[in-house]
Amino acid sequence: MKDKIAKVKTWPKDIDPTLSSHSNDKYVLRLYLTGSTCRSVLALKNLEQICEEYLEGRYELEVIDLYQNPSLAKGDQIIAAPTLIKKLPLPFRRIIGDMSNKEKVLLGLDLRDIHK
Amino acid sequence: MKKIEHEIIKRQLPKSATGIQGFDEITGGGLPKGRPILVCGGAGCGKTLFAIEFLVRGATEFNEPGVFMSFEETNDELIANVISLGFDLEDLIKRKKLVLDHVHIERSEIEETGEYDLEALFIRLGYAIDSIGAKRVVLDTIESLFAGLPNQLILRAELRRLFRWLKDKGVTAIITGERGDSKLTRQGLEEYVSDCVIMLDHRVNEQTSTRRLRIVKYRGSIHGTNEYPFLIDENGFSVLPVTSLGLKHVVSNERVSSGITALDNMLEGKGYYRGSTILVSGTAGVGKTSIAAHFAEAACKRGERVLYFCFEESPNQMIRNMLSIGIELEKWVKKGLLQFHATRPTLYGLEMHLAVTHKAVNAFKPDIVILDPINTFVISDKEVEIKAMLMRIVDFLKASQITALFTSLTSSESSLESSEAGISSLIDTWILLRDIELSGERNRGMYVLKSRGMANSNQIREFLLTDHGVELREAYIGLEGVLTGSARIAQEAKESAELLIRKRDIERKKREIEQKRNALEAQISALHFEFESEESEAIKMIEIEQDQIKRLKKDKVQMAESRHVNSDFIDNINLKKKNNL
Repeated sequence: MKDKIAKVKTWPKDIDPTLSSHSNDKYVLRLYLTGSTCRSVLALKNLEQICEEYLEGRYELEVIDLYQNPSLAKGDQIIAAPTLIKKLPLPFRRIIGDMSNKEKVLLGLDLRDIHK
Repeated sequence: MKKIEHEIIKRQLPKSATGIQGFDEITGGGLPKGRPILVCGGAGCGKTLFAIEFLVRGATEFNEPGVFMSFEETNDELIANVISLGFDLEDLIKRKKLVLDHVHIERSEIEETGEYDLEALFIRLGYAIDSIGAKRVVLDTIESLFAGLPNQLILRAELRRLFRWLKDKGVTAIITGERGDSKLTRQGLEEYVSDCVIMLDHRVNEQTSTRRLRIVKYRGSIHGTNEYPFLIDENGFSVLPVTSLGLKHVVSNERVSSGITALDNMLEGKGYYRGSTILVSGTAGVGKTSIAAHFAEAACKRGERVLYFCFEESPNQMIRNMLSIGIELEKWVKKGLLQFHATRPTLYGLEMHLAVTHKAVNAFKPDIVILDPINTFVISDKEVEIKAMLMRIVDFLKASQITALFTSLTSSESSLESSEAGISSLIDTWILLRDIELSGERNRGMYVLKSRGMANSNQIREFLLTDHGVELREAYIGLEGVLTGSARIAQEAKESAELLIRKRDIERKKREIEQKRNALEAQISALHFEFESEESEAIKMIEIEQDQIKRLKKDKVQMAESRHVNSDFIDNINLKKKNNL
């Protein structure tokens, strides 16, 4: 990775942190659910499992029930439920679905390299 | 009658008036209340505008707040785009009459990790609806979801649920959809929204484009099935209910002068009927526009309003040209009684012209409308369409009691009358101008081909353009046909010469008789004189004779006295003589 950067002369510096490994970054996550449907419960369970496994101690997860806070859906551009939003580290990502496909969740969280 | 109408309305499907000009007329009251409506059409055909106007009119005119959920344009873009149409969305948002919600979906940000639904969208929409008590909803264009979310199966199931949910919510919802290749919409939305489908179309024909609207489907309601042209201009969306509303227009017995006294005389001396349709047709340069200008001027003098559509000349050119025959139009323009509306026929399609005419007439409220000339449309469209368009214009103007004058150029090759067959049946009064070529001259002739409901002159008049307007002369009609111009003048001279000779003849004869009478009288007096002299001679002779008789008697007595014979003796002698006998 470092060799590559050395070869490209005009590499913008602010991209650097996003490309580097997130092994030490703190994760800010927000999960939007719609009540306690089985899909919501499944999503929450799956997510917690993944977080505990890969991001232990360095993640912050906020769970929002849209039925109770409907106005929040507009602000974060939520249309599907459940939706997980990865606010930090950049880039911004939304992960929709019940998180049963672990591969894809890790891809969305930029954690695939570590997994390998 | 009113009661019956009222009952019909009662039995109809509840409708939500759109407030869009003309649209409520063709749908019998608007869109179906509390149901989803699909508005589909190609790019740039006005779907979003239709939807926006539905919301804005609802909020401002019918006190029905609305939610606009946009999947394409951002709120700021939307506000900026429609402000030119006079829609102040920001103000409506402030007054809690409107909610704009831009749904942004970025494919690259999304990672699908399993089963999901669009419940969040429902919550979001439901929250927006409840926050202002919205009665109207627009989803523009929901098909963008298909680009953002890869799982079509979920999406289709969720859309079906969404439309069901909207119905249950009791909101009147417009869903816009891009037109597909073989289907009404690209994603087959018509499958889900089946109560009312409206199709917008933007067609280019012979390089001119026309926007059209058609109601494909409207469950539970009668509706116009035709394609209606519509217009997007500074006042928003307007659909033209152009099909004839039936031939029920009120007719007037009032007459309006044509501005040409001699022409009025040909039409019972009174002119055209108010609210009738007049066609002035003829070959090039016969003075069609002059007749129209006369009519316009006369109307302005009466204080009426005239709307003049010129399709070939600019207003300034028109004013200048008419000044040369003594018609001053400029002062009427300044007074605001005369308005020119100059456009090229090729500028837009027929329907658009119709729409523009409608709008201009509704805005200016004229008593008289002049279209000069109508046949320039032929260049851009087919004859059938022109007829349909003119019929619509005629119907519209008649219904508004507006007198209409059309001019039409006929090519000299085809028959003057047959070429107008397309529209002749729509016309009440038809004045035909023709040029008459004779003895190296070209002159203008005019006659009234038909005039419904009045005894019109059947004569061909010679039509002269002078510096003080149009003049009509009695044309000479003789054995050789109609004579005009110098031929007419020559003929007139010939006639007057003949008349002179005849007059002289008569005078001569009169003189002869007089002479004869004089001679006769002289003879009579001579005879009379002769007789008188003879008479006096005779009287004299008689007197002389009588004198002689008297004298003889005297002489006898004297003789007897001298012979001393008394009378007795004589008597005795006489007696003896008697006895002897």
